[in-house]
Amino acid sequence: MALDVRQAAPAPVRERPRRETTTAFVVSRIVVLSVAAAILLYAVPPLVATGSWVALGLLCAVSAAIVYLYLTRRFIPAKYLIPGTVFLIAFQVFPVVYTVTTAFTNFGDGHRGDKAAAVTAIETGSVRQAPGSPEYTLSVALRGEELVFLLVDPATKRVSLGTADGLTPLDGAKVGVTGKVLTAPGLTVLKAPEAAARGPEITALAVPTDDGVIKANGLSRAVEGKAALVYDAACDCVRGDGDTWTADESQGYFVNATGEHLAQGWQVNVGLDNFARVLTNPTISGYFAGVLGWNLAFALASVLGCFGLGMGVALALHHPRMRGTKIYRIVLILPYAMPAFAMLLVWRDMFNRDFGLINQLLGAEIDWLGQTGTARLGVILVNIWLGFPYMFLVTTGALQAIPRELTEAASIDGATPFKAFRRVTLPLLLVALTPLLISAFAYNFNNYNAIALTTDGGPFPADSPQVGSTDLLITYTFRLAFGAGGAQFGFAAAISVFIFAIVAVISTVAFRRTRKQEEVYA
Amino acid sequence: MTLRHGFVLVVCAFAVFPILFVLSAAINPMGTLASTELLPTGASLNNFANLLASDTYPFGRWFFNSVFIALVSSFASLLLSMFAAYAFSRMRFAGRRIGMMALLLIQMFPQFLAIVTIFMIFTEVTELYPAFGFNTVWGLLLLYLGGALGVNTWLMKGFLDTVPKELDEAATVDGATHAQIFWRVIMPLVTPILAVTALLAFIGVMSEFLMANVFLRDPESKTLAVGMFGMIAGDHRNANFGMFAAGTLITAVPTVGVFLWLQKYIVSGLTAGAVKG
Repeated sequence: MALDVRQAAPAPVRERPRRETTTAFVVSRIVVLSVAAAILLYAVPPLVATGSWVALGLLCAVSAAIVYLYLTRRFIPAKYLIPGTVFLIAFQVFPVVYTVTTAFTNFGDGHRGDKAAAVTAIETGSVRQAPGSPEYTLSVALRGEELVFLLVDPATKRVSLGTADGLTPLDGAKVGVTGKVLTAPGLTVLKAPEAAARGPEITALAVPTDDGVIKANGLSRAVEGKAALVYDAACDCVRGDGDTWTADESQGYFVNATGEHLAQGWQVNVGLDNFARVLTNPTISGYFAGVLGWNLAFALASVLGCFGLGMGVALALHHPRMRGTKIYRIVLILPYAMPAFAMLLVWRDMFNRDFGLINQLLGAEIDWLGQTGTARLGVILVNIWLGFPYMFLVTTGALQAIPRELTEAASIDGATPFKAFRRVTLPLLLVALTPLLISAFAYNFNNYNAIALTTDGGPFPADSPQVGSTDLLITYTFRLAFGAGGAQFGFAAAISVFIFAIVAVISTVAFRRTRKQEEVYA
Repeated sequence: MTLRHGFVLVVCAFAVFPILFVLSAAINPMGTLASTELLPTGASLNNFANLLASDTYPFGRWFFNSVFIALVSSFASLLLSMFAAYAFSRMRFAGRRIGMMALLLIQMFPQFLAIVTIFMIFTEVTELYPAFGFNTVWGLLLLYLGGALGVNTWLMKGFLDTVPKELDEAATVDGATHAQIFWRVIMPLVTPILAVTALLAFIGVMSEFLMANVFLRDPESKTLAVGMFGMIAGDHRNANFGMFAAGTLITAVPTVGVFLWLQKYIVSGLTAGAVKG
């Protein structure tokens, strides 16, 4: 697929003249070295302090490679590519690769941490009041910055200080009529609103005792309780409540004999389970074809609509005798200059049946986004409105590169303006714009916001409330992955891989086909 | 010619229509969602005044943050992108084709999910280097530079391909280095596409919401997109609609300003005169 002539005809090999060392050469080398040194001086100490040796090694290796690259006279293309590539790898490639690896795990709600964290969560979550244990009156206080409990035993009126380290008797505290502590030496007793503001901290504090832990029950009461569920390392299981849950490393759950599992699990490798789920899930596969069809139509209509309209006005304005082009151009980029999310919400309001502007102007009572046909047309229209200024801008830019002599020559040869456009301007435009059109297609194929902020997938037919008629693959499947079952990142990542595969295949095929066409024109 | 004007005017009407709606909401003193009509009864600039004087929303600060981030990051990514486009267009090396295709493909992954990873990366960065961590302009700038090589590189490369190679060959014969050719020969010739790309990058950052929303939590560090989304999130939507509309309009001002500044470069058509035949 040799496409451009330059590559097909290799440049004549010429002996490169030996260059003497110029001032610019020396200065540029010094700048490179000092920038590298400055970055290392800044970045190394924190890594050493925290003992992140892998990161340190990586940093040094990358810096050394970059310094070498810019000191040597070789690898000229790499000198131009590396600056952008470093950022690309760090902030796009790495996150994407990492996301793809989570597709092989059960990462998500209930499976966020490791096993130890799950055991702790299960044990503390199962704390219940021990029979016959006292119910303390609780006051919350601060010791310096640390939150502590002041516990009054209602029977003996003795005051104890409870911290994360344990329970100690406290003397000299003044107890009020309600049983709450008013003042205590060396401590700042919090008033009710102050304590309420620290609710999560209060809930989290557990004061260990001989028989269990003391935890707050509301803001003014604390009870001593015991963990009903206890982890036993010997059998790798959790016991309690007359049942035993054994760790199942393939699911990342503690499971009992009847197959029920505890809510808290941990992250494990599940292999291809997520991918298998995407393929076998009846709610996905049952609607897949329909959603994919509309998704393709939406992306194509958006791209072609934007490109047609954008190129149309760009061509109309691209005429030496056209007047007022400056004003026109400003007006035309306005939709693009407004924040997209805001305008999506505004469009949704304009389509509203009861108070929407469009119905007001038409004097109609049409539920635009409530019916399949109008809702689909509506979201495409909104998307074209948002996107056509982009196409207008890039076409205007690309038109500058096409010498006017070419179109003039065509018209002298007797071509009609339409023919000149079809045979000369459009092919040349497409050379520069095909990648952008493909990229715009991929973007719109996954245009989550355009749907989520307008129809949110709706309208939903009564018989299948799962999938709406404007749902794209991404909005529909992400609703499944982040819906009722809690966030399932692993599952969502597997879905993303599938969607990526679909878009990438379509794009690559389209790209090759258009490139072949251009060869014909060229 | 009349036909051209007619067509452009129709498209302009389509472009402006929703913006007029926002404008009328912004000058409507009763600025709620339901009360908004195209022609409000009684106009005032109260919504603008409330917005700028608001204690809850540091709008001026947001505005400054947005413009600063957008200017710096669009300038930096323009440079990075232009470097890469020069290499892709003018040099032949192993992996060139694959590299270009990879640039296009990497953008096609649903980035929505990668946010989780980016959050984890920057949790680490915030601990090690607070100056580049969450709630800082610099960290967000680094993040945006990750997108510098992308479809804009393709756009520039396509444009560069149309600039005749004879120009830099002549310079090479005269003894110019690759760096001199880049700065002295290529850069002056590609101003139209530089201006277009700069504007695209500027607008992209101004309206970027997803990453900025994860990144900027502190009210003082927010950008316009993040701050204004907070204004209408939850139950505030109806009550703040007038102020929100005013903010939306103000957001467009810097973009239009940058466009006015760049417009003369966009349509300069320098290459047409640079080479004959």
